[in-house]
Amino acid sequence: MNKVFSKPKYLKDVPFHYCPGCGHSIIHRLIAELIDEMNMGLRIIGVPPAGCAVLAYNYFDIDMCEAPHGRGCAVATGFKRSQPDKIVFTYQGDGDMAAIGTAETLHAANRGERITSIFVNNAVYGMTGGQMAPTTLLGQKTSTSPYGRRADVEGYPLLITELIASLKGAAYVARNSLATPAKILAAKRSIKKAFEVQMQGIGYSLVEILSPCPTNWKLSAIDSFKLLETRMEKEFPIGVLKDVTKAKEEA
Amino acid sequence: MENKVLMKGTDAIGEAAIQAGCKCYFGYPITPQNEIPEYMARRIEEVGGVFLQGESEIASINMVLGAAASGVRAMTSSSSPGISLKQEGMSFLAAMELPAVIVNIMRGGPGLGNIAPAQGDYYQATRGGGHGDYRTPVFAPAAIQELYDITMDAFDIADMYRTPVMIMGDGMMGQMMEPIVLNKRKEINLPVKDYILTGADGRPSRIMRSLILDVMEMEEHNWKLKRKYDLMRSRLPSCEEFMTDGAKLVIVAYGTAARIAKGAVKRARRDGVAVGLLRPISLWPFPDKAIQNLAKEVKNFLVFEMSTGQMVDDVIMALKGKAECEFYGRPGGVVPTPAEIERIIGRYWVQRGL
Repeated sequence: MNKVFSKPKYLKDVPFHYCPGCGHSIIHRLIAELIDEMNMGLRIIGVPPAGCAVLAYNYFDIDMCEAPHGRGCAVATGFKRSQPDKIVFTYQGDGDMAAIGTAETLHAANRGERITSIFVNNAVYGMTGGQMAPTTLLGQKTSTSPYGRRADVEGYPLLITELIASLKGAAYVARNSLATPAKILAAKRSIKKAFEVQMQGIGYSLVEILSPCPTNWKLSAIDSFKLLETRMEKEFPIGVLKDVTKAKEEA
Repeated sequence: MENKVLMKGTDAIGEAAIQAGCKCYFGYPITPQNEIPEYMARRIEEVGGVFLQGESEIASINMVLGAAASGVRAMTSSSSPGISLKQEGMSFLAAMELPAVIVNIMRGGPGLGNIAPAQGDYYQATRGGGHGDYRTPVFAPAAIQELYDITMDAFDIADMYRTPVMIMGDGMMGQMMEPIVLNKRKEINLPVKDYILTGADGRPSRIMRSLILDVMEMEEHNWKLKRKYDLMRSRLPSCEEFMTDGAKLVIVAYGTAARIAKGAVKRARRDGVAVGLLRPISLWPFPDKAIQNLAKEVKNFLVFEMSTGQMVDDVIMALKGKAECEFYGRPGGVVPTPAEIERIIGRYWVQRGL
């Protein structure tokens, strides 16, 4: 009998702790598949965040180092600068990347650090129980924006990926969504490209992935995936925001 | 004759780090320690190392964390307000048992304070500083030669015990120039770094973490750290005793304050006042045994700090009521003269009827 589906080589044989319908397990799988397909397993170092994905090191069968909340890109910089031959990636949530870690993220991108960030945007603080995130949508109710996010009180959703795309040190910047199987495969292509850009040594690469959080959105898994398309992708348009390799080809 | 070179404190720190094999320096400018990053920016590339100016002290200490987890000798330096920002990272370094050297060239505080020499960060340095149950070895040199030698040793201590190590100076120690001998690094046997993350090639994958959700496991980690701190307590305390023979009064001071006190002790001894100096070199672990030994004979201690009184607590704890302990402080960046401290010694001498 042919085996047509199995756990990726670089995911440990343990069950995920993530909630049913959560996007982290999908994204973990995409990264683990690419580590295998791109032969990166013996020279890759991952930096998980504080947040739901802090336990990523329990799942990936690669070297991983936890970072203080928001400091992923600084820790990754330390790894990459002292081991330039290694592939280094951060895995960060919206609070980690776009609130407490904004400075570390923007400056690492601006320096063109040869690292890759996988930025999981679910518009909410998951691990702490559903508080407002920098990417929470206008009108979205969370435990710390109980009346719905109001622009004049809590400000607007922060589009950090657009900010990073404007920086000269950023070489590849894309936003993807987990809304459909086709979009999941597109996300995988973006992550692959991001790692390729790192290996080519041309700058910082970032893939933002719009991901559902059914538990804190208080929706069913199916409705959460629908909401990715009906709401999230409206505020956070998907696509490749920047690709300097393409610009070079065209030139 | 030994080959001496005239060197400024900040440059001595930088060169000692280079000689100790430091390959990564990450830091953010703040006065009065800017000459350390400036020295490293010029020098570290000559030995194939990395200098990077972080966007903040927070970023810099976390870059140190990444380099330390890579198995590379790494350091950062700052001054008081910047050291406050580094405390989060230092707590993580302590939790993950990662070696690093952190230099604090102290200035007047709290808040922005000023850029003059002060010693107000003693509590922060010796009580852990960041959150959680940990300690950091802290050394306070009082001469440029000592600054150079201790900076080199700090890297070995960091690797030996897998801990962040702090060097405490102040603006005076940083700016002062003295002739020093550029001693070569002592070769010592250090444990193999079997924890570093270099890509899981030819070995199982490794993780580096400080999150330990299971309370029993966390308690065990806390006790493990405690055993390590106890080991350091038994091995690392160091101090200098100066003119303590036959002393009826002993001054306790560290760093720049100790240099001033030494001058005062010399002057007072000329006038027949039986006074000596005990200068803690390690602030944590504190040299309490040396103080207890002195207290067998000496019943009067006077602590002098360039603060409103912090180390004095450690002296009182070490004395356990076996001797009197008074305090004299000049906070705010004021650097008193030996003559002033001599007057204080004289006043105390008379008051106590010595």
